[in-house]
Amino acid sequence: MFEWLSDNRALIAAVIIFALVVSFIASIILGRKQNALTENDEVFGDPERTKGGWHWAVCGVSALLLVWFYFSWGVGRAYYPLAANELCQVAKLEEATSPIRAALPIGSRYYKSTLLVSRNADQLEDLRLTLPTDVFSSAEQEELRSLIDQISLLIVNSSNPQNLDPDSIARLAALSADLDALTATLQAGPDGLQPTEEALAQPKWGTTHVEIPVLPMTPKGVLFDKVALEAQEVAGRFNKIRNHLPANDALIADIKSRIEAFKAASEAGTFDESTAEDRDAYVKAVERIFKRLDDGLIFPAASLENVNTAIANLEDAKNDARGGLNIVDALFLPGDGVVKSRTQCTEQGSARWLPKPTDVVATFMKLANPDLENGGGYRGVTLLWWKWLPIADVVGFLVPDWIADIWPGEYASHGPDGTIEPNFKDDLLAFAQGEVSLGYIPMFDGHIWDSMFRVLMALALGILLGVPLGLLMGVSKFFKSFFDPMIELYRPVPPLAWAPLILTIFGIQDDGKIFLLFMVAFAIMVISARTGAVGTQLSKIRAAHSLGSTDAQILRNVILPNALPEILTGIRIAVGVCWGTLVAAEMLAGTTGVGFIENIARTVSDYELIWVTILIMGLLGLILDLIMRWVIDKTIPWRGKG
Amino acid sequence: MADLVCKDLCMTFTNPQSGAAVEALKDINFTLKKGELLSVLGPSGCGKTTLLNMIAGFINPTAGDTSLGGKIIEGPGVERGMVFQQGALFEWLPVSKNVDYGLRMKKTPPEESAKMVEKWLDIVGLQGFGDTPTYQLSGGMQQRVALARCLINDPDVILMDEPLGALDALTREKMQSLVLELWKETGKTILIITHSVEEALLLGERLFVMAPRPGRIHKEYNLPFAERGLTESLRDIKQDHQFSEVREEILTMIWNMEEEIMGRV
Repeated sequence: MFEWLSDNRALIAAVIIFALVVSFIASIILGRKQNALTENDEVFGDPERTKGGWHWAVCGVSALLLVWFYFSWGVGRAYYPLAANELCQVAKLEEATSPIRAALPIGSRYYKSTLLVSRNADQLEDLRLTLPTDVFSSAEQEELRSLIDQISLLIVNSSNPQNLDPDSIARLAALSADLDALTATLQAGPDGLQPTEEALAQPKWGTTHVEIPVLPMTPKGVLFDKVALEAQEVAGRFNKIRNHLPANDALIADIKSRIEAFKAASEAGTFDESTAEDRDAYVKAVERIFKRLDDGLIFPAASLENVNTAIANLEDAKNDARGGLNIVDALFLPGDGVVKSRTQCTEQGSARWLPKPTDVVATFMKLANPDLENGGGYRGVTLLWWKWLPIADVVGFLVPDWIADIWPGEYASHGPDGTIEPNFKDDLLAFAQGEVSLGYIPMFDGHIWDSMFRVLMALALGILLGVPLGLLMGVSKFFKSFFDPMIELYRPVPPLAWAPLILTIFGIQDDGKIFLLFMVAFAIMVISARTGAVGTQLSKIRAAHSLGSTDAQILRNVILPNALPEILTGIRIAVGVCWGTLVAAEMLAGTTGVGFIENIARTVSDYELIWVTILIMGLLGLILDLIMRWVIDKTIPWRGKG
Repeated sequence: MADLVCKDLCMTFTNPQSGAAVEALKDINFTLKKGELLSVLGPSGCGKTTLLNMIAGFINPTAGDTSLGGKIIEGPGVERGMVFQQGALFEWLPVSKNVDYGLRMKKTPPEESAKMVEKWLDIVGLQGFGDTPTYQLSGGMQQRVALARCLINDPDVILMDEPLGALDALTREKMQSLVLELWKETGKTILIITHSVEEALLLGERLFVMAPRPGRIHKEYNLPFAERGLTESLRDIKQDHQFSEVREEILTMIWNMEEEIMGRV
């Protein structure tokens, strides 16, 4: 079932997208109709106006999902499932011709030769102007100037079409002809071409780790693939062509020997150190430019014109052959389209970091599968499942070992016959360490539960300790003044700043994280309980006094219920903040939890997994908040009505 | 012999910043016998509420003392029940839990307190409202709950701080009758503070008109209207010639005091 769903995700997405468009439009129509009904008797600013309106929620969610589908290329994949494969073949052609285009104006505005000429001429001019007159004798200076002139002459010779040797001319002509042949192939169209069996058997777009199937699956794709292969060969030949001029050969030999002469003079000469350095540096600079120019990379512009035209024609033919793909690419694959890199084709632009909704769901389903043996869960831990928890583990966690230590008596030692007779103290220790069999209870298990457990545990501790302290701080000068500086000092420090310290002290497992979250929850609970307590009406406290309450009874029966709205709001805030801190803490260290998954996903750039964790966190946060809202509605209906 | 006695009662408030002292009350002396109904009237700032808070035990006098039945008052206590202007109900509890609050603090058995709650809700006219949240009640009903909550504890003295001040005219009149009824039925000592002259006349066997700066008892009246209110309609009493006379006299008195405060005389 899951396999089928996974393989047909494009089809499923197509259905979902259609449904989303329908619900988007329907909700707008419904909303407009309802507005028309009530428009006249609604007063602007009346809070009642915000009641209801679920269709706008449908509208908003549909719009969000449609935007998601669109920018993740979900729409493109749903309705044009072969487009990416074809574009991949086009990308192959682009990759193949890119070395040729890069050397021509069509790919980079200028001929590569033009850029070389301009750069080297500029640098030669610089050298001529900065000739150090103090380290070279005047004869040497004269010699160097003429050397630079000679090197400049190399450029001039290379740029003259008349100097081009017949061999190079023939090679360039053959290249243009080959490119024209490719253009003709493209123009002839894909008639008669068929994808191979192997190509058709490839996994569909997005169903494996390979984003886009590489082998061509359509006749058009086969055409591009074929042309790309040939273009690659042409480009290889283009790269190897050098402009070796007979006219330059003598010149190069001459320049070489004169540079060598300078080097020899510098070595033999009795120059002091700094002079020798300056001479060396200058001669080396001259030599560097010369070496760049003697490898025949500069061609006369006119000689490359034909190749440029041929490539331009090929580009045109490519665009024509793409046909309908152009529209699909422009409309449904926003961003930089499909790019071929070495072994695979990848999605560029928003689709790169925004996985398709259906892929995210598929990844989630894989994680949510509790069958660890068959690829379920993540890193050997389920997402959310249950297990049999030995009660002894809980006891071992709750009961500290020193209970056994302070029990009167000694632990048993081995007797003379080599046996050990455990006494009560030993049994107590075994009990405190959880080394007894007390049966099992079913318990939640998995990454999500681990995260939830940490948050809930920290919240429970924070509430149990924070609320009483907050209430006392609200009614007592001692408690207020004694604890205020401590809490106010640690509270403003971002929890993550504490994290390295706390994780060192309490360890990276649950203890440390729970304590870190407890610190967050505790401060919030203290402050909210205190605010609530301070806000109690004096008349209510006086009334309670007159009715015979003791101080403790007033704290419990008047101040606590009075602070309840603030306390519950505090819990609601604490849930959110703890949740946020937890994920960050889990990213720092640990081996389970939602934040842990995201941290691993981050290091391997698994965007689908990142989005799965983000959505899990968002949904869990939402659920916790909905629960809190429900609790608030149920427990403090008097709020704002007292 | 549960008389309420105030002896040389003085209260001076000192502003902690400026050190300036304000004499809120000076040399208050009176004795309220058991079962007497006293209303206290006066312009704002004359120390009415301070006097009440001191009798309730919420604040301690700077000099002199108050005692109830010979026992010096040192703090709040069940024997002195309080009714506040806004009821000061516990809005998180339903009516019955508000009413039996005092009993619960004393750990009275639930069956017994349930009976008493029923009885007192009946007396104040709130039968069947036991489970209603207090925030759903009208102002008059809330004040009835406050009365029941106070009376269920069987206090010797009931102290009322402008209990009917926030009610509309009609509800107020009904509540005034209720207070008189309760006074008659329970025979409690009642001290009621009000800023309404009519109310003070109707609900005061004795009436103190207080004057400000320093707060003191300016004049005392002994009035027949409360007694008459037990049998006659309150509206008839208000039409009474004698009633109007006293009312005008007190109104003039307070008017003059207010003028004096504002420095117009």
